[in-house]
Amino acid sequence: MEIKNKIESRFESLPDNRGFYGKFGGRYVPEILIPALDNLARAFFAARKDPAFQQQFTSLLHEYVGRETPLTYAGRLSEHFGKARIYLKREDLCHTGAHKINNAIGQVLLARRMGKTRIIAETGAGQHGVATATVCAYFGLKCIIYMGAEDIVRQKLNVDRMRLLGAEVRPVESGAKTLSNAINEAIRDWVSNVEDTFYIIGSAVGPHPYPLMVREFQSVIGKETIDQSLEQEGRLPDYVLACVGGGSNAIGMFHPLLSYENVRLYGIEAAGEGVQTPRHAATLSGGLPGILHGSLSYLLQTQYGQIAEAHSVSAGLDYPGVGPEHSFLRDSGRVTYAAVTDGDALDGVRMLSSKEGIIPALETAHAIAYLNTMMPGTKSDEFVVINCSGRGDKDMETISKYMKRT
Amino acid sequence: MSKKGRIQRLFENKASHEKVMSLFLTAGYPDPSETVALVSELEASGADILELGMPFSDPLADGPTIQYASKVALDQGVNLDSIFDMIMEIRKSSQIPIVLMGYINPVLKYGLDAFFYKAKASDADGIILPDVPPGEFPEIEDLCQKHGIDPIHLVAPNTSDRRMQEIDRASRGFVYCVSVTGVTGARDGGEVSRSVSGFIQRVRKNVTRNPVLVGFGIRSHADAMAVSNETEGFIVGSALIDYIRSIYPGPDWIRKTGDFVRELKYGSQIREESRHP
Repeated sequence: MEIKNKIESRFESLPDNRGFYGKFGGRYVPEILIPALDNLARAFFAARKDPAFQQQFTSLLHEYVGRETPLTYAGRLSEHFGKARIYLKREDLCHTGAHKINNAIGQVLLARRMGKTRIIAETGAGQHGVATATVCAYFGLKCIIYMGAEDIVRQKLNVDRMRLLGAEVRPVESGAKTLSNAINEAIRDWVSNVEDTFYIIGSAVGPHPYPLMVREFQSVIGKETIDQSLEQEGRLPDYVLACVGGGSNAIGMFHPLLSYENVRLYGIEAAGEGVQTPRHAATLSGGLPGILHGSLSYLLQTQYGQIAEAHSVSAGLDYPGVGPEHSFLRDSGRVTYAAVTDGDALDGVRMLSSKEGIIPALETAHAIAYLNTMMPGTKSDEFVVINCSGRGDKDMETISKYMKRT
Repeated sequence: MSKKGRIQRLFENKASHEKVMSLFLTAGYPDPSETVALVSELEASGADILELGMPFSDPLADGPTIQYASKVALDQGVNLDSIFDMIMEIRKSSQIPIVLMGYINPVLKYGLDAFFYKAKASDADGIILPDVPPGEFPEIEDLCQKHGIDPIHLVAPNTSDRRMQEIDRASRGFVYCVSVTGVTGARDGGEVSRSVSGFIQRVRKNVTRNPVLVGFGIRSHADAMAVSNETEGFIVGSALIDYIRSIYPGPDWIRKTGDFVRELKYGSQIREESRHP
């Protein structure tokens, strides 16, 4: 089927060969990591061109993850708004319960290709930690997961899953004890064990080539969405929504669609208790450009350039930075970024659960909640795709507390 | 070329057998109101260069000691303006070469032009930004040149010969040789000296324009002598902060820190002599 309105894209050539998306990105890391990043980039670009690698990646996604994931028509939810038709891209049906496994498989295959024997990763909500622990169990690799002590409490189920899968979960006690601190500690580990260790970053953040690699391995989401939209609706969606913390599920969904200018893209961040309060994680709505974890991107920071503590009810979005490509897409105007509060997200969980029988992750619920803002402006002959990035089992404790209060 | 700075003059004027000792101190640790007095004691006790740490909330190349010192300083409100004030205060009585060391984000937020202007105006000599390797941020290299601030870069055991030569060309003042692959922090002395010798020889071969100071993991005079045998000197940071942490705020903590520093530089024999002249 023919797709209309594909524009000559300035997006497809990014990043440049130094890892920049416009002014964002780069490799702002200690010298010790420069050779490691050089080797990683070489291995990644070689693997990308290697049909055997691609074949291995695709068949694991099919046979182990269960791809492709369906594009599900959300009939009762659509009826509820009485406007455009709503579809869900069901990444929650991936093995381990979220899109994170797509990237974990890609990176662990690279690690094996590079002969690395020790895998480290950071995790916030625990989904990337579980995905990494899973692929390490599958390949029999040693796996260490850094996780903020605060997140260990609020995502206990995932901690137990990681341990059951054979990973060592190391609590991180510094700062706010959340995702950002876990990344610091993982980078320190990598600096200290750079020869035998592969660091599997879970989001579209970090120094080049990580944001590009994560995008590449997650782009399967957007590519499948294009094919399924053509098959089920005969054309591309009018609106596409995804939640944004670091931004891996969003970039995976958006990137294949960037060149189709009629597809309106929305990235939804976590407004926590409100973007006008100090307690939020809406980096693109409320931050300023700066450098953290190896790249230049929007950042939540103080007037002195210290990193501000993020806040979100959702551990996976509770991060003061964001992937550099999202910063570029924000400034270029190609993607609209907005934010919804903790309370709205919890209402979003309830809405999707009761209308569609799908309990979404708290992260995903931010994108669901934005429907309340967006749907009234849509038309009945249009259709919307939401990236349903993960399932909500891991969040049941938080959700239960909220249900008791309301 | 700009005229020679304090760091170049220091290396030119030192006797060939003498080791230069550079001390790293997080600005404002343990108490911002004591930094000037503490620096004065460090200099009187044998410090040749002062690396003044600009504290950052997320020091990802640092071990627990400097993370701790950074947090203590930040909790007491230390920021770049207060650090420039400290340097101006130090300069009233001291000509010790001062190198600002810290992560890039607070510097970016301050404004690159403003930062380099103030660094020069307060009479600092050099800058080390561990998360800005050479080639990554050309504007900073230009500003160093324009304001006569020495850019100091790091080489590590996994740095290739060719990259070492690039780093040497991009640096002025000295090249900071990271003795072990890891984050900052005092380590078992054996670990440092065992692994470092072959690496230092490689650094010597490739870094030819600048003096070399070796750091990371040095906690005693013996460590310092073992690793700096073939370099112009050594850098101590975490061990100094650990020592201060162990005695602060006890009586005479500044004077005791001076004794510790003298021992680092000259060994215990000299310290005994200086105690009982």
